[in-house]
Amino acid sequence: MTTEPLPEHPEPLWRNPEPRSSYDVVIVGGGGHGLATAYYLASVHGITNVAVLEKGWLAGGNMARNTTIIRSNYLWDESAALYEHALKLWEGLPDELDYDFLFSQRGVLNLAHTLQDVREGTRRANANRLNGVDSVWLGPDEIAEVCPILNTSPDTRYPVLGGTYQPRAGIAKHDHVAWALARRADALGVDLIQGCEVTGFLKDGNRVTGVETTRGRIHAGRVGLAAAGHSSVLAELAGFRLPVQSHPLQALVSELHEPVHPTVVMSNHVHVYVSQAHKGELVMGAGVDAYNGYGQRGAFHVIEQQMAAAVELFPVFARAHVLRTWGGIVDVTPDASPIIGATPVDGLFVNCGWGTGGFKATPAAGWTFAHTLATGVPHPLNEPFSLDRFTTGALIDEHGAAAVAH
Amino acid sequence: MLLVTCPWCGPRDETEFHYGGQAHVPHPADPAALDDRQWAEYVFYRENPKGPFAERWMHATGCRRWFNALRDTASYRILATYRPHEPRPSPQPVETPTAPPSPGDRRAAGSSGGNR
Ligand SMILES: Cc1cc2nc3c(=O)[nH]c(=O)nc-3n(C[C@H](O)[C@H](O)[C@H](O)COP(=O)(O)OP(=O)(O)OC[C@H]3O[C@@H](n4cnc5c(N)ncnc54)[C@H](O)[C@@H]3O)c2cc1C
Ligand SMILES: [Zn+2]
Repeated sequence: MTTEPLPEHPEPLWRNPEPRSSYDVVIVGGGGHGLATAYYLASVHGITNVAVLEKGWLAGGNMARNTTIIRSNYLWDESAALYEHALKLWEGLPDELDYDFLFSQRGVLNLAHTLQDVREGTRRANANRLNGVDSVWLGPDEIAEVCPILNTSPDTRYPVLGGTYQPRAGIAKHDHVAWALARRADALGVDLIQGCEVTGFLKDGNRVTGVETTRGRIHAGRVGLAAAGHSSVLAELAGFRLPVQSHPLQALVSELHEPVHPTVVMSNHVHVYVSQAHKGELVMGAGVDAYNGYGQRGAFHVIEQQMAAAVELFPVFARAHVLRTWGGIVDVTPDASPIIGATPVDGLFVNCGWGTGGFKATPAAGWTFAHTLATGVPHPLNEPFSLDRFTTGALIDEHGAAAVAH
Repeated sequence: MLLVTCPWCGPRDETEFHYGGQAHVPHPADPAALDDRQWAEYVFYRENPKGPFAERWMHATGCRRWFNALRDTASYRILATYRPHEPRPSPQPVETPTAPPSPGDRRAAGSSGGNR
C-alpha cells in the first residue's frame, strides 16, 4: 500500500466565529432556508448583524438529505407565485453567488396513471399556464420522446396515461447550494455558528428577547425559526403550537451508471420519483413513513415498494443495485403548504411546514422570510402562508401537486 | 420495520397495520359552542412530541380493530400497546423491561415491539 501524502486542506468557505452576546436577528437552523434567509437579510436588506445557530453542522439536516428536485408547477395562484419566484431566483443564483452548483434544468415529468390523475394533471397544467409557469400536458407518446427509457406501453399494472411536463424544472447539487449561500452570507458579515443548539427562549412579557443555547445566552431583536423537522419542538419551548407533524422521509441512490435518464420522473400514484445525478447515481424517493418520527430513518418496506414501482416504470433499472439509503425528518402541514410568518410570540417568526418539498423553494423561503424578519410584516408572496390560515380556513391545498412528489 | 403488538392478535409486522395519528383526541362535547380558534385546534392541531407519544393504530390485515400505542418518536421503540377504552399508560423508562405476559394472556400491554 502506498502512502501518498494527503492533499492540502482547501480554504474554508466561512469563518467559525464564537457567538456574540447579541444580534439584530438570530436565525435558528442552519439548513438551506436558514442560510438563504441570512444571505438575503444581508444582501437585500443590509442587515448583517445576524447569527445563524445550528445544533449540528451546517446543512446536515434535510438540506443534505433531499433529492434536489426543483419545479414550480403547483396548482394555486399563491403557490405558483411563491415557487415560481424561487425558480426565477435559482436561474440567477449561480452567477449571483459566483458558484456553479450544477443547477440543471432538465425538466420534470409528473405522470398520470388514473382518470383522477389525468384530471388533476390537466387542470394543474392549465392553471400553471395562466400563472406564467411553463407547464404542458403530454400524452404517452410525447412522454416516450422526452424519456425513452420509461415504459409507456399499455400492458403494465398502472399504464402511463399522460403527464405534466415542466421544461424549466430540474435538479441542483444541494450541498454546494448550502456552501454557496454560506460563503456569501459569511462574507457579508453573518455569523454562522455550528454546534449551537437552541434550548429555550428569553422573553419580556410576550416579546422574545433572545435564546438560550448550549453555547450560552444570546440576545436578539428578532428571532426566526427555520428548523424544519424540529419546528414543533422549538415552538413548544417558545410556548405556542404548530399544526405540523414530523415524519421520516427516506431516499436512496444506486451505484454509478452511464447517463441513461435525461429528465426527472415523478409518479404520485405508484409512489416513486427518479432522477440521475451528474455523477451517475440513480436518485430515488417516495412518500413519508406513515408514523410520526424524529429518528432520521424509516422502514425497509418503504424502500422495497418504491423500488418495485421504479422497476415497473423503468425496466432498464432492474439490475441496478442500491448503494445507500437514508432518511430525514420532514414537517408536514394539513394542506401540504408551508407556514411563513408571525407566531403568537412578538418578535418571533417561523418558516416551517415545507414537508417533503422545501428544497426547491430555498431561495423564495429565504427571500420572503428575510423580508418578514427585516420589516416585521410579510412580503406579499408569503402573506397567504400565515399560521392564521388554519383558523380562518383560507387553506392552500397542494396535495395534488405535493402528495408523494417533492 | 416495527414489530407492533396488537392487543388482540399479538406481535405482527408493521406492514399489517394502518397508522392513525394522535390518540385520545375527544370530539368536542358541545360543537356549537366552539369558536374558530377552537375548531382549528380540534381539526388541524395535533401533538408532535420528540419522545413518548400516544397514538392510534389499526390492525388492517388482521382483526381490523383500532387500538392505541405509546411509542417513543425519537427511538421508535413501542413502550406499550393498549385497547381504546384503556387509559394511557405512563411511559416506562426504556431500560425497565416490562413483566413478561403470563401464558395465554395476550392482553398484556407491555409490547415486545421495538425498532429495527
Ligand atoms: C429524503 C428527502 C428528500 C427530499 N427531496 C426533496 C426534493 O426532491 N425537492 C424538494 O424541494 N424538497 C425535498 N425535500 C424537502 C427539503 O429537504 C426540505 O423541505 C428543506 O430542506 C427544509 O429546509 P432546510 O434546508 O432549512 O432544512 P434542514 O436542512 O433540515 O435545516 C433545519 C436545521 O435546523 C437545525 N435545528 C433543529 N433544531 C435546532 C435547535 N434547537 N437549535 C439549532 N438548530 C436546530 C437542524 O439541525 C437542521 O440543520 C426532501 C427531504 C428529504 C428528507
Ligand atoms: Zn389484531
